[in-house]
Amino acid sequence: MIGTGRSVNSITARRRHPLARFAVVALALGLLGGGYALAAPTGSTADAAVASGKADDVAQGKDLFIAHCASCHGLNAEGTKSGPTLVGVGAAAVDFQVSSGRMPASDPGAQAPRKPLDEWVTPQAIDQLAAYVQSLGGGPTRPAAEQVDPAKGDPAKGGELFRANCIQCHNFVGAGGALTYGKYAPSLNESSPTQIYEAMATGPQAMPVFNDSTITPDQKRDMIAYITSVRSQVDPGGSGLGRIGPVTEGLVAWIAGISLLVLAAIWITAKKRQAHS
Amino acid sequence: MTDNTIDQPEDRVPKRVIGTPPATEAVLKDETVHEAAALPGVIYQDPASARKAEKTVALLFLIAFLAGAGFIASYVIFQVGTIDKTSTSNFALGGTLALALLALAAGITTWVRRIMPKYTMIQERHPMASDAETRETVKETFLAGAEESGFVKHGLLRRTLLLAAAPLGLAPLFLLKDLGPLPGTKLRHTVWGEPTKTGKPRRLITEGTGQPIRAADFNSPGGILSVVPEGYEHDLNALAKATLILLKFRPEEIKSGTNLNWTHDGIVAYSKICTHVGCPAALYEQTTHHILCPCHQSTFDAADGAKVVFGPAARPLPQLPIGIDGEGFLIAKADFNVPVGPSFWERGDAEAEAREKAEKA
Repeated sequence: MIGTGRSVNSITARRRHPLARFAVVALALGLLGGGYALAAPTGSTADAAVASGKADDVAQGKDLFIAHCASCHGLNAEGTKSGPTLVGVGAAAVDFQVSSGRMPASDPGAQAPRKPLDEWVTPQAIDQLAAYVQSLGGGPTRPAAEQVDPAKGDPAKGGELFRANCIQCHNFVGAGGALTYGKYAPSLNESSPTQIYEAMATGPQAMPVFNDSTITPDQKRDMIAYITSVRSQVDPGGSGLGRIGPVTEGLVAWIAGISLLVLAAIWITAKKRQAHS
Repeated sequence: MTDNTIDQPEDRVPKRVIGTPPATEAVLKDETVHEAAALPGVIYQDPASARKAEKTVALLFLIAFLAGAGFIASYVIFQVGTIDKTSTSNFALGGTLALALLALAAGITTWVRRIMPKYTMIQERHPMASDAETRETVKETFLAGAEESGFVKHGLLRRTLLLAAAPLGLAPLFLLKDLGPLPGTKLRHTVWGEPTKTGKPRRLITEGTGQPIRAADFNSPGGILSVVPEGYEHDLNALAKATLILLKFRPEEIKSGTNLNWTHDGIVAYSKICTHVGCPAALYEQTTHHILCPCHQSTFDAADGAKVVFGPAARPLPQLPIGIDGEGFLIAKADFNVPVGPSFWERGDAEAEAREKAEKA
């Protein structure tokens, strides 16, 4: 007891030492700095895991997959009669389909259309699903923001590539068009640059694949620059009429224009019925 | 024949012009038209209605005046230069001019319809032939002229004149040659079969990028590329026949209609020119392997030798024999064995000929 009392007294005495306050501050700073130094690498490891889709994301993604996708694509994404296998389609395919609302599909028709997102579809949920599907068998990954930045692309070069590869289905300004048996090439006007890139890299639904070794990422970015730049172009002739060319233009010219001319001709030449005076 | 006894040279004057009511009243003669008194067959407008119409017409003319003044003002205000400015100027000029002309025309039409009196008009038809006296004069003048020119007398002049006219008359017949020359065998061959300058096989070039295609790079099943021949990337006459679509399949997807000797590692090349009327058939669905032609919906099964599954096309899209060169780039091994594109008169049964040739070899 005495010894204890003495030691307490000695601590108390040191506590009141003139240098004690500096020691406390130094200790606190040291703990803080050391703690941060320990914590910071842990944080960046966690970020890296999220970005590359490892760690918990794969497990979380699998739960989401079983809840929302497995009824058509199978419990292990092996595919069923109503949905193809997702082994090897890659994170890019998941991001394209889910972020545009095409998947989960509302009904098994000829084509899954773009639709508003379900409530559970958050960027985090897409990350997790993408991480899970990527973990199944690889495949195209999602592009970095810089890879799809239209400002960095050359719209003129992109337009040339777009005309060679895309307009047969998607129309010369990306307005879309019909295919066989109820399928169609959708309009590109609502697609984000990332979605356009992912569609080229993965070939969703009936669309063919334009892989990176034949159409390079830079060329894809040029096409994205073209697709996004034509959206804001003004139609010099007034209304673009859906920008699908002579079909609507001819229809309007015939139905509206010819009708007006016929009505005018009738008005000018009609006999006015009047009582004989 | 008729009870029309009026003295007229020919009995061709109709009683009633088609589209007009029967002439129950006497036909208006010129001297009577100017008499404003109530005439039979003339319907006057109701004065109250006519006064109302006057205001409408005046309003329309006023609109026409304002729009016309607006046209001049637009010309001064909206200067051209950039595309946007020119567009605004065009819109203002066109809009004001259209409104001015429309209002003017509507005003005049309303004036005629609601203010001027109505007539029951009969349009008279006169005999086509001139009277006998005039015809006699023309005849005399012509004969006098012919006599004075000495056309009959001066045989040398007559013959040289005819000689001068002869080549001019025949010239149009010679110009018909420009419809030719006949195509000969041009429609049967494409530049894929021609030797290259270097003597190496001709490579397949991606349209748009201008790059040759390494077979190992074109490795995603469901892929498609639009392909042009090396050396003719921008020669539209050559491309009209030689353009290809290049497709990549999983090996198990390819069916018996496709000639496997002409493929390389699941890569198949078909002519892009539709066999119906020659549109570029390149709408490709990788799930069904359908190639669709946008013009008349001819549909080809790409996995089965591009055989026709729907639409008016009569033949499959011809398949090009392809392989790889020493560096791994895709090349054409030979020309198409049948003519590409739509049918033509001298084509015959090119498919049967090709089969015979293959059997002999």
